Amino acid sequence: MGTEMTSPNSAAGQTKRRAVTIMGVGTAGVTMVESLAGEDFPDATFVAINADGSVPTSRAELVRLESKLLRGMGTGGDPERGRELAEENFEALKNACSGAEVVMLVAGLGGGAGSGASPVIARAARESGALVLAFVTLPFNCEGNQRQRLAQIGLDQLCNVADGVICLPHQKAAKLLEENCGFAETFGASAKVLIEGMRGVWRLLRYRGLIEIHFDELCAVLREQQGESYFAALEASGTTRARDVLEKLPAHPLLDGGAALKQAETVLVSVMGGPDLSMAEVNRVMEDITSQCPNAKVIMGAAVDETFRDRLAVTLIATRRRKHDTSKATQPKTTEAELPAPEFESELIHPSKPERPSARLVPPAPALTAEQREQLLAKQTGRSPRARKTGPRMKQTTLPLDIVNKGRFDKSEPTIHKGEDLDLPTYVRRGISLN
Amino acid sequence: MFDSASIIVGLEIGTSKVCAVVGEMNDEGSLNIVGLGQARSRGVRKGEIVDARVIEEDVRHAIVEAEQMADVEIRSVYLGVTGGHIRGFNNRGVHPVVSADREISEEDVQDVVKNAKAINLPADNSVLHAIRQHFLVDGHVGVTDPVGMLGARLEVDVHVVHGHLNRLQNAIRAVRGIQLEVDEVVFNGLASSLAVLSPAQKELGALVIDIGGGTTDYVVYSGGVIKHTGVLAVGGDHVSNDLAFGLKVPLGRAEQLKIENGSAVVEDAVKGRTLKVTSELGLPLNAVNVEHLHRIMSLRLEEIFQLIAQDLEQAGLLGYLRAGAFLCGGCARIPGVIQLASQVLDLPVTIGKTTSVNGLKSTLDQPEFATPIGLVKFGSFKCKRDARPSLAQNLKSVFSKLLPR
Repeated sequence: MGTEMTSPNSAAGQTKRRAVTIMGVGTAGVTMVESLAGEDFPDATFVAINADGSVPTSRAELVRLESKLLRGMGTGGDPERGRELAEENFEALKNACSGAEVVMLVAGLGGGAGSGASPVIARAARESGALVLAFVTLPFNCEGNQRQRLAQIGLDQLCNVADGVICLPHQKAAKLLEENCGFAETFGASAKVLIEGMRGVWRLLRYRGLIEIHFDELCAVLREQQGESYFAALEASGTTRARDVLEKLPAHPLLDGGAALKQAETVLVSVMGGPDLSMAEVNRVMEDITSQCPNAKVIMGAAVDETFRDRLAVTLIATRRRKHDTSKATQPKTTEAELPAPEFESELIHPSKPERPSARLVPPAPALTAEQREQLLAKQTGRSPRARKTGPRMKQTTLPLDIVNKGRFDKSEPTIHKGEDLDLPTYVRRGISLN
Repeated sequence: MFDSASIIVGLEIGTSKVCAVVGEMNDEGSLNIVGLGQARSRGVRKGEIVDARVIEEDVRHAIVEAEQMADVEIRSVYLGVTGGHIRGFNNRGVHPVVSADREISEEDVQDVVKNAKAINLPADNSVLHAIRQHFLVDGHVGVTDPVGMLGARLEVDVHVVHGHLNRLQNAIRAVRGIQLEVDEVVFNGLASSLAVLSPAQKELGALVIDIGGGTTDYVVYSGGVIKHTGVLAVGGDHVSNDLAFGLKVPLGRAEQLKIENGSAVVEDAVKGRTLKVTSELGLPLNAVNVEHLHRIMSLRLEEIFQLIAQDLEQAGLLGYLRAGAFLCGGCARIPGVIQLASQVLDLPVTIGKTTSVNGLKSTLDQPEFATPIGLVKFGSFKCKRDARPSLAQNLKSVFSKLLPR
């Protein structure tokens, strides 16, 4: 078995109350775990799982998925191969998870190890008696159709085995950044967002709060929604920290500009502060959040930690029901349909799923960085002859313009009540779908 | 044939219809409805006039019809107004009693009411009504008529309804444009409540919700006086507009669907049922899911009631409505709206009936005529009140002449 023990703190982790093992799967996962290990996560065990040795690991225990057939080569982006490799090394994976109460799985979906192996690893972790929370990223739109599809299949499989899945599309994280931000920087920022979220969840697990959120509650929230979850972790310090946090909240890109909250079914909020955390602050944060999600069930937790002097951290996980209540049997089909249709025209016109946000907010222009644009251009020019040959699938698409026509009240003075335009149909504002 | 003073006309320029009701007051002061004129309204959105020329024509039609039916010539009307700009709040006026014997006189009462009206309004707003609630004499609450009482300090609580002056003027101008006088301008919600509520219900505490075409007006009575008024610029037009948007049918069809197949509650029985919508030429347009139709309507109406409930809760009045809520206006006809309203408001809800007036039975039975009938009723109160003080004034002047000061 190709298992090497490099981490000294694996034994220490087991004695703690909630032994947490953080596992990175695939190149993206390993990179992320490396940076996580450098951060402030006391008492956690770090495990890196990869098929090839392409990413050096210094701070995490490495489990290499090996097979005699491949002779040290990686999965080559084939999830099937990733799955087989993981099955072959199932016992080693189980060993790596042993003793952990909670396994946090970190992976970038879309590649071989990420999409193929992580569902198997999640199963291994469950069989060894741990609860599994998966934190996964979805590829950028520009990474291509195939990768998106693989990622989606991987996500569906992971949803079936893991206790909870929190997923972060890279494309959304890119909105956090300036348009002409560096390529590596974009990935870094995306990883950072995920780390923030992990840290928030990790805090939930580690600190037994004054108002505690049980782990099973968290899992129930994450299970319910079948894939569409939004999370935000915010932190602020100083005397105006409660206000600062609340100001940042609607601007958080992962919450779709507040629309995610409005349509949320369940919202889990954890407030974390130092000994100086006041009731008024907790109250203020909770009141503001509850007022933003009038239709949701809000689960709240609060905890105090000595090291949090003068700081306030709010972790928020919102889930909403999927737009299409598809059963498991039809799921792969719909995911395919939802994916951007072939090649370049979809890149230009449909950067995201052609779902129609039910708010009157106009979606921002497709967020492409300069690199992405260049890449896109290169792809188009390079493949244009072939694309033309095989291009009967080009179709006229419509821009996702979402200004709801106010019909009769188009030209009259809008009726604004507490910031809501009452002229728009109620069901549109409340995000209730009619299907 | 009638003395013109005993003829009282209420005119409502609504979003869906212009309606004139002619009432006749006999010598005993009882009111009889003798005429009704209606015209489809075209130039009004959300209760406010947007096309003055068109609306003038509509008003003329309605007035002519009412004149023919009642066989009278209409010279002046009580005009109902509404709109999202109208607000109501409670205010208290104070006046020191200065006379040597500390007896409160009629002038003191007038002064204190004047003080209560002197409030800080936005520059272009004007007071529409200042309705007396209670007097306080030296801090003692619950005095209804302080004249003749002794006291050093007279206070009064009034409910002030105010609105945007120019927008109120628009309605008045439209009526003056066809050579009619406006006796008084009355807030529609107030008029509806006058038509619908009996004195006993006002005493117990009642909420009147008038959901018209363009606006929803509501008034709260408690202890016999008006405690709260409000306007939401949302009404039946919004329901139709929501349907047109959600079901992708033309606005006219949406209106028709609302009237013929609408419901304020979604029942399990309608799940999966569809209706065929045809165009003007009888060609099939598309099929409409009945469940969606009802759900869109239900959500909109539910929201209206929720907003009202929120407002009343803020005002702390929800606990005082022992007589329940009364619905009027066109939307009160929607099936299931009573059930929905009582669910949201948690009150007994009934359709408001205009029982305190005699006359045309067909008119009185319908919830959409509550406002114009209420306007006539307002007018009748006004006539009675004007008649009474003049008599008292006369007597007073006689006595003051006789008695040396």
